[in-house]
Amino acid sequence: MQRFIVVRVFHSLIALVAISVIVFGLARITGNPLDVLLPIEATQEDFDRVERAWGLDKPLPLQYFKYVSNILQGDFGDSFKWQDKTARELVVSRFPATLQLASLALVMSVILALPIGVIVAVKKDTAIDYLGKIVALLGQSLPSFWLGIVLMWIFAVQLDLLPTSGKGGIKHMILPAVALGWFQVAAIMRLTRSSLLEVLDTEYVKLARIKGLSERTVIWKHCLRNALITPLTYFGLILGSFLTGSVVTETVFAWPGVGLLAIDAVRARDFQVVQTVVLFFATIYILANLLVDIMYAYLDPRIRYD
Amino acid sequence: MANIALPTQLPSPSISGTRRIAAQVRQYPIFPITVLLIVLVIPAIFAGQIAPQDPLKGSLRNRLQPPVWTPAETVNGVEVKPGGTWRHILGTDKQGRDMLSRIIYGARVSLTVSLIAVFIAGVIGTSLGLAAGYFGGSLDHLVMRIVDIGLSIPAILLALVLVSAIGASFGTVIAVIAGIFWSRYARMVRGDTLSIKAQDFVARARVAGASNFRIMLRHIFPNVVNTVIVLGTLEIGQVILLEATLSFLGAGIPKPTPAWGLMVSDGRELIVEAWWVAMFPGVAILLTVLSLNLFGDWVRDKLDPKLRNV
Repeated sequence: MQRFIVVRVFHSLIALVAISVIVFGLARITGNPLDVLLPIEATQEDFDRVERAWGLDKPLPLQYFKYVSNILQGDFGDSFKWQDKTARELVVSRFPATLQLASLALVMSVILALPIGVIVAVKKDTAIDYLGKIVALLGQSLPSFWLGIVLMWIFAVQLDLLPTSGKGGIKHMILPAVALGWFQVAAIMRLTRSSLLEVLDTEYVKLARIKGLSERTVIWKHCLRNALITPLTYFGLILGSFLTGSVVTETVFAWPGVGLLAIDAVRARDFQVVQTVVLFFATIYILANLLVDIMYAYLDPRIRYD
Repeated sequence: MANIALPTQLPSPSISGTRRIAAQVRQYPIFPITVLLIVLVIPAIFAGQIAPQDPLKGSLRNRLQPPVWTPAETVNGVEVKPGGTWRHILGTDKQGRDMLSRIIYGARVSLTVSLIAVFIAGVIGTSLGLAAGYFGGSLDHLVMRIVDIGLSIPAILLALVLVSAIGASFGTVIAVIAGIFWSRYARMVRGDTLSIKAQDFVARARVAGASNFRIMLRHIFPNVVNTVIVLGTLEIGQVILLEATLSFLGAGIPKPTPAWGLMVSDGRELIVEAWWVAMFPGVAILLTVLSLNLFGDWVRDKLDPKLRNV
């Protein structure tokens, strides 16, 4: 077990280093990194300052070393679009909004997807099951940015029930959360269905039925607990898709989170901010996957590195 | 011995010609194939012939015209909002460009990007997967490590870095998509290669003096080609979705190319006054991706049912 965790942590570290190398390399691939790091309207003064800050007059390996040590000290560079703010301050100040939206989407998708997944598994091969399949297929095929706009059109423009975009009370969060969580509803539902079907087929479920337990106890108490392991491990992927999904959903609904920050930064060619957001999201994503793998290894002793 | 005339063909008078054809056609997924032809393939190939207008030229006089079935709005007998015309069946956008023509040309963009990206990803992934599975050892370790890392970077983030460093272009989109999607081929092909390599015919080929390259190309590759085709068809839909998303975010195909994602993005700010600008390109994406997913499932069931849970 310890060996598994050590190996797994080591792999996560490699992934983090690889991402930093990719970001570092992309800024330098076009020749002078200052052309990438600075927007077109930057002055000579800006050029000199950034060149010193990132040690750009040194050879590449030294530059990378300087780059990593800057980042480890929490210095991600300055933003150009948002004057007198550092890239780190921007990401930190925007993160609560993203977290808020993602948590609501997560809660909504779990509350919706788990019961539906159980029902379609129990009612396998009936009309309800086919309906579930269609929903799952739509979940894979609907472009989330378009779904957001359609929801906006129906509920904000036509019915005038909810605001179109921006940040405010709970009313402002409903549409973005649905748009963000929709894809996950389909995915969690499918996973719950298939893993519950597997459990329903086992001996101890037959025993529980023979014992005369009610069907409800058998399914919700005996089966679901075991069937939930697979959807649980999916948590890392869900988090990842909420992070990248937040980039899309926040753009559609003008929700002032980290995702919208990234897009605004890309449009303004504010590379320092873009790289900060990417490193930030990638770190969360990798850590979440690490946690899930370790958790899974505890839950299911068959998974080990030899 | 009496000559018994054996019937050379089983008599089947009960099944009429049309019925037989119908039975044969029913083996194919008609719905997805028809939709794909109408929404994606035919528009992409014949865009120049069937598009009623120039997708890039519009006139501001015709801006934001509604689709043909919208009646004109009148207040006290005075027209305040013009109705739709047959000249612009699906209406026009903010620059007065014909929506239908732009959607038709958009099919060409989607199909080209996805085919090239899936092809490049397939070639890279398959070669690396073959080599990793066949040679094993440190090469295998290296390739699989890169695959793991590739799968742990969210695609959209990678695209954002690349686009802000190099700028959005046709090539950047293809590079990002191929860079994301090759790893699944590599993982799949490597797994297959490991089991095929252990079989007798590979050992015999080696005894017969075949080179490593020849064994991989002539003996192992034909056995993994079904997997590659199935993955490819299953992935085209996802690739089109990713391309549309990137274009929507401004990190994909640059303006003024008529790409579906870009068109939805143009329509976002017009949602109150002109719903059709965002709606129709989105419907095109939905129909395309939906049919490609259905078609991919069918190809998988035909060629390689063991991939069912991929």
